[in-house]
Amino acid sequence: MTPEGIAAVPVETKREAADSAPAVAKVAGASHRYGTSIALNDVTVAIPARTMVGLIGPDGVGKSTLLALVAGVRKIQTGTVTVFDGDMADKQHLKGVRRRVAYMPQGLGRNLYPTLSVFENIDFFGRLFGQGPWERRSRITELLGATGMSPFEDRAAGKLSGGMKQKLSLCCALINDPDLLILDEPTTGVDPLSRGQFWDLINTIRARRPQMSVIVATAYMDEAQGFDWLIAMDGGKIIAEGTPRQLLERTGEPNLDDAFIALLPESKRVGHEKVIVRPRVTPADETPAIEAEGLTRRFGDFVAVDHVNFRIGRGEIFGFLGSNGCGKSTTMKMLTGLLPATDGWAKLFGSPMTAGDLEMRRNVGYMSQAFSLYGELTVRQNLELHAQLYHLSPEKAVARIEQLLERYDLRDVADKRPESLPLGLKQRLQLAVAVLHEPPLLILDEPTSGVDPVARDAFWRTLIDLSRDEGVTIFLSTHFANEAERCDRISLMHAGKVLAVGTPQELVKARGSASIDEAFVEYLADAAGIDRSKKPAPAAPDNRTDKTDAKAAAPGSFNPARLWAYARRETLELLRDPIRLAFALLGPIILMLAFGFGISFDIENLQMAAFDQDNTPQSRQLLDGFNGSRYFSVQPPIRSAAEADQRMRSGNTQIVIEVPAGFGRDLLAKRQPEVDARIDGAMTFRGQTAQNYVIGVVRKEGNELTSKRGASSTGWNDDDIEMRFRYNQAFLSVNAMVPGVMMLLLCLIPAIMSAIAVVREKETGSIANFRSTPITRLEFLLGKQLPYVAISLISFVTLFLMAVGIFHVPPKGPFLILLLATVIYVIATTGFGQLVSSFTQTQVAAVFATAILSMVPAINLSGLLAPVSSLSGSAKVLGLSFPSAWYQPIAVGVFAKDLGFTALWPNIAAITVIALVFLLLSLAFLRKQEA
Amino acid sequence: MAENTAAGLTPSPLVKAAPLTWLDHVVNVIKLVIKELRSIRADPTMLVLVVYAFSISVNTVATGAVTDATNMSVGIVDEDGSALSRQIAEALLRPTFQPAVHIRANEIDSSMDRGDFLFVVEVPPNFEADLRAQRKTQLQINIDATIVAQAGNGANYLKTAISNEIQSFLSGTTAAKSSPINLVVRTDFNPNLVTSWFSAMTQVINQITLLTVILTGAALIREREQGTVEHLLVMPVVPAEIMLAKMLANGLVILVAAMLSLQFVVHWWIGSPIAGSRLLFLLGAAEYALVVAALGILLGTLATTMGQFGLLAMPVLMVTQLLSGSSTPMESMPVWLQYVVKTVSPTPHFVSFSQAVLFRGADLSLVWQPLLAMFAIGSVYFIFALSRFRRVIFGS
Repeated sequence: MTPEGIAAVPVETKREAADSAPAVAKVAGASHRYGTSIALNDVTVAIPARTMVGLIGPDGVGKSTLLALVAGVRKIQTGTVTVFDGDMADKQHLKGVRRRVAYMPQGLGRNLYPTLSVFENIDFFGRLFGQGPWERRSRITELLGATGMSPFEDRAAGKLSGGMKQKLSLCCALINDPDLLILDEPTTGVDPLSRGQFWDLINTIRARRPQMSVIVATAYMDEAQGFDWLIAMDGGKIIAEGTPRQLLERTGEPNLDDAFIALLPESKRVGHEKVIVRPRVTPADETPAIEAEGLTRRFGDFVAVDHVNFRIGRGEIFGFLGSNGCGKSTTMKMLTGLLPATDGWAKLFGSPMTAGDLEMRRNVGYMSQAFSLYGELTVRQNLELHAQLYHLSPEKAVARIEQLLERYDLRDVADKRPESLPLGLKQRLQLAVAVLHEPPLLILDEPTSGVDPVARDAFWRTLIDLSRDEGVTIFLSTHFANEAERCDRISLMHAGKVLAVGTPQELVKARGSASIDEAFVEYLADAAGIDRSKKPAPAAPDNRTDKTDAKAAAPGSFNPARLWAYARRETLELLRDPIRLAFALLGPIILMLAFGFGISFDIENLQMAAFDQDNTPQSRQLLDGFNGSRYFSVQPPIRSAAEADQRMRSGNTQIVIEVPAGFGRDLLAKRQPEVDARIDGAMTFRGQTAQNYVIGVVRKEGNELTSKRGASSTGWNDDDIEMRFRYNQAFLSVNAMVPGVMMLLLCLIPAIMSAIAVVREKETGSIANFRSTPITRLEFLLGKQLPYVAISLISFVTLFLMAVGIFHVPPKGPFLILLLATVIYVIATTGFGQLVSSFTQTQVAAVFATAILSMVPAINLSGLLAPVSSLSGSAKVLGLSFPSAWYQPIAVGVFAKDLGFTALWPNIAAITVIALVFLLLSLAFLRKQEA
Repeated sequence: MAENTAAGLTPSPLVKAAPLTWLDHVVNVIKLVIKELRSIRADPTMLVLVVYAFSISVNTVATGAVTDATNMSVGIVDEDGSALSRQIAEALLRPTFQPAVHIRANEIDSSMDRGDFLFVVEVPPNFEADLRAQRKTQLQINIDATIVAQAGNGANYLKTAISNEIQSFLSGTTAAKSSPINLVVRTDFNPNLVTSWFSAMTQVINQITLLTVILTGAALIREREQGTVEHLLVMPVVPAEIMLAKMLANGLVILVAAMLSLQFVVHWWIGSPIAGSRLLFLLGAAEYALVVAALGILLGTLATTMGQFGLLAMPVLMVTQLLSGSSTPMESMPVWLQYVVKTVSPTPHFVSFSQAVLFRGADLSLVWQPLLAMFAIGSVYFIFALSRFRRVIFGS
C-alpha cells in the first residue's frame, strides 16, 4: 500500500547506495532520561547523507528525543552526537549547524503562530535567517507556488487545515535552504491526499537540491515503505536498520506493519496474535442501530458536518475514515447527544436521539479522541464513578467492575492513577468505562491513535469479541488504513461530507485501486477537483548551493534584525489576541479607577450620635462642635444606654458621645467633668483616626467653653504647635495614591505580560523556533521585551492623563524626567517578568507567580503604604532590591514634590542597575537547549 | 448487554430506562461532589496553596500591618539647644517613633524631598526661655503629607507627645490636669485597637474570595482542557449537576479551611476575640462561598485556557477586593461607586456581614440584609454562569 506520491522519485539504485553513503549525522552511545524514565538507551546509529531516512515506531519509543538531539534542540546527556562532521556539544559548531538544519517539531503546526498569516509566518523565519526584504519576498513566492499555497497567503495559520499547516511548516523550514531537514511526525492526523501531496513536495525539493538530507519520524508504516532507509525503534533502542526491502526480507512479512511486530523483542510479542475478523451474523431484526439523515452541524458560518446520511446495522463494526477536522468527531458527538444537530435527525435503534435526552444516553458507550478520564482518580475510582452516574445498583456495580478489571486485564493497576499508565492500558481503561453499563452501541473516536501495534491489535481483538459475541454495534473512527480494512463497512469523510460508504473491498474495487488508502486518495482528489494523472514537473536541480547570506555569516554575534523579527512578531500576535490586549490596555485603566477610588485614607463622614444626659447650653455647645465638619456626619441623638449599645452593634453608628448629667455645672466649677466617647474599633485604622478627631474636637470645644469665661492664659497653647502638611496641603489621599498606583500598575501588568509572553511559547511549542534557529538568547529576550515596554508606555500615558483629568492630580515637576524614569522602570519590570518566566512552565503559573512575587515588594515595601524610612532589616533590603521602591519617590516626587533631575538621578541610576541585573539573570537562566 | 445474549440477539437491545427522578439528580450531585473532592485531594499544589493562604499568609499579613503609624522617622532641628528641646527629642519613643535625628535647618528641604524623614520638628531659638517668660512662641512640625496612611495619625501622636512634654515642663505635673474636660475614650469591639485583629479577619475574607474563585474556575477549565466534561455529559448527567458539584465541593473545602483558620489562626494564634456566633458566620460564609464559586464558574467559561483565566481573574479579584470596604472603609468611596459596587458584587455585603458578626457580635436580626443581598446577587451569578456553562459545553 504505497501511496503513489512516495514512489515518485526514489530510485532503486540510490536506495541501495544508502548503505555506503557518508553519514550526515552520527550518534554514539547516546542515552537520555526524563526524570526516572529512559527515553534513549545507549543508541548508536549513523544517518546516511543525501537520502530520506525514516525513523519508525509507535509513540514514546524515543524517536522525538533522537531527532531533537540531532537537531541540537536538546542537550546531550550521555554519548556523542556528530552532525556535519562536528561535535554537537561544541557551542561554536552548534551555532554553525543551526544555520544549516531545519527542524519541524511534532504536532500539527506546533511551531507556527496561529494568528499570523501564512506569509507572516514564513516571513518571520526569513528574518531570523537575516534575509533582506527582496530575498524573502522572492523565496516566499517560490515556496508558496511550489506548495500550491499561493491563494492562501493572507489566511491565518490557525485557520488552515491540518495538511496545509504541515505544508506551511515545511515552507518555514525550507526558507533557508537547509542541508538537513528533520521532520518529526509531519503527517500524523493529516488526510491521505494531503499526505501524498506532502511527500510529493518533499521529493520535488529533493530533486532540486539533492545535497539535502531528510530525516523523518513516522508512525505510518505505509508511508515508511517509500523511504530510502529505515531505522526501527522500540523502548529507547534501535531494533533494526535497513532499506524497507531488507526489513521485509529479513522478517518474511508482506508489509511493514507486520514486519515491525516481528522485529520487536520476544518479550514484547508475547500474547500477540494476528487479528482475525470473524464474519458477522446478520441479525433478524432489521432496525438499524444508527440511522441518520441530513445530519448537519454548523458553528457560525462554518459547516462542520454537511447533510450526512448513513445506516449502520446492529452488531456491525462501522469505520469512519477522514483527516483531523473533517467532521468525524462532530458527527460522533451528535450521535452521543453531546451536541444538538443544526439540521437533520439521527435515530438509535429506531428511537430519535436528541441532545439532552438523558434516557437515551444509557444506550451509548463513548470514548473520546484524547484520553478523557480523570487522571487524578485511580482506575477503580474512575470505574466506580461511572457506575454510580449510570445508577447501577451497588451490588451490580461491584460485580461489573470486578468483571471488567479481569477482562480488560486492569487488575494489577486497579489502584493506580491512569496518568502513570502507558497509552495502550489507558485506552483499555477507556474502553472498559465505555462498556461498563453494557450499552448496545459503542462510539469510539480514534481509539487507537498513538498506540503501539501490539496493543492496537489486542484492542481490536476485544472489539471483535464485543461485536461478534455480544452483538454490540461499534462505530469508530481511525486514520489507519489497516484498521479500516477490519471494519465491516467504512465511510470516507472529508470537509463535513461523506464521500463514499461501503465495505472496504467494494470501495477499493469501485475505484480500481490497490488499497483503501489509495481509494480514499482518489475519492478526495475527485472531491477537491484535482487531476491525479498530472504529476508535478520535476524541477531542475538547484545550483544555489552557496549560502547567500554572507552578511549574517558570523553566527552568534548580536544581530538587530533577528531581534526585530521577534519584536515584530510578538507585536502582531499581541494585537490579535483580544484577551491579552485587553488585559494590557484596559487592565491598568480599570485598576487605576478601582485603586484611585478604593484606597483612601481620608476618613470622613464618621457616623456620630450624641447621648446627652445633661442637656445644658454647655453640653449642647460641646456637641455642636461635631456639626458642620466633613469628618463627622451627625445622626439623631440617642435616648438610652440600650439604644447606644444596639446602634453600635448594628454598625450604623461609629461614634457615641455620652455627656453625663451635671456636665455643664461641673465644667463651670472647673471640676473637669467627664465626657465618654465610644468608638467602633472593629476597623482599626478608622478607629484610630476617629479617636484623634474626637480628641481634637473635645479639646477645642473645651478650651473655647473655658476661655469664654475669661480663663487665664499660660502663654502656651497646644495650637502653638504648627502643623505644616508639606507637598499635599489639603492632605488628600488621592494626591499621593495616584502616583503610587501608577508605580504599582506599571510594575504588575508589564511583568505579568512579559512573563506570559515567554511561557506561552513554552506551552504552545513555538519555543522550538528559538531553540532550532540562530537567534541568540539576548536577541530573543530583548525582542520579546520591546513590545511590552512600548505597550507599558502607552499605559503610562493613559494613566498620566487619568491622573490629571479624572483624579485632578496634576504633576508639579517636569514630565520629561518622569517619562525617562518610566521607560527605565518598565524595562526593569518587564525584565522581572522574563526572569519569572525562566522558572515557570505554564501561563497560569506565570500569572500568579509574577503577581505574588511582585505584589509584596511593590505594595508593602515600596513606600506605597508605609514609607521606606519606616522599614528595617531584611524588609528594607528586599524592598530596595526591587525597582518599585526607587520609582515610587520619583512618581511622588514629580507629582507632589516638584523634584527635578538633580534630586532624582540616584533613583534613576538605581533602577537602571536593577534592570541590568534582571536581564543578566534572565540570560543566565534561559537555556537555548532543552534538558 | 448481558453475557448471555451472545450471538442470538434479542429483538430490541434498547434500554428504556425510567426517567431520572429528582432523587437521582441529588445522587448525581453527591457523587460528583465526591469526585471533585478526590480531584482536589489529588492536587497537592492547590492544597498547599489553600493551607498556606489560610495560615501563614493570614498571620503574615495581620502582623505585618503596614498602615499602622509605627517606627516613624523624625528629624529635629534644634535651634534652641535647651534642656526642654533635648527633652522633646528624647520623648519620641519606640515603637511609634524612631529616635529623632538631629539635622541643620538648611537640610530640611533636601532631606524631606528624599523622603528621609516623615516628620521634621523645628524648635526655634530661645524656645525654652520664651516659654518661661510666657512670651508667644511657636514650634513647627513639618509633615510629609504624601505618606497618607501614617502622616495624619502619626502627626497627632507626635503633637500629643511634644505637647505633653511642654505641659509637664510648664506645670511640673501631668498634662491631663490642665484640660478643662476629662475625655474618656472607650473603643468598642477592639479596646486597644490591635490592627492585627482586623487585618487577620480581613485576610480570611479576602482568601475566601480569592481561593474559591481560583479553585472553582481552574477545576472547570481543567475539565474542559482534558475533555472530561464531555465524558460526563454522555452519561445521564445534566450540566447544572456538574456545575453545582464543582461549586459545592470547592466551596466546602474553602469553608472548612476558613473556619479552621478563624479558630486556630485568628482566634488562637493572633488572639482576636470572636464576638458573635460561629454558626451564624458559617451560614453567611457558606452562602458567600457558593456565590463566589458561581463567579469562578462564570470566569472559567469566559476564558478558554488557564492562562486566559489567570489574566481575567486577577483584575476582577483585585477590584472586588479593593472596593469591598475590607481594606479601606466603604464610606471613603464616592457615593455613586458605593451603589455600583453594592449592586454588582457580593463582597461588600459579606464584608459588612462578617464585621458585624465577628467583631460586634451581631445576631441574625441585624445582618439579614447583607444575607439577602448576597442571595439576590448570587442568584443572578448562578443563572448567568449556568447559561454560559451550557453554551460553552455544547460549543455553540
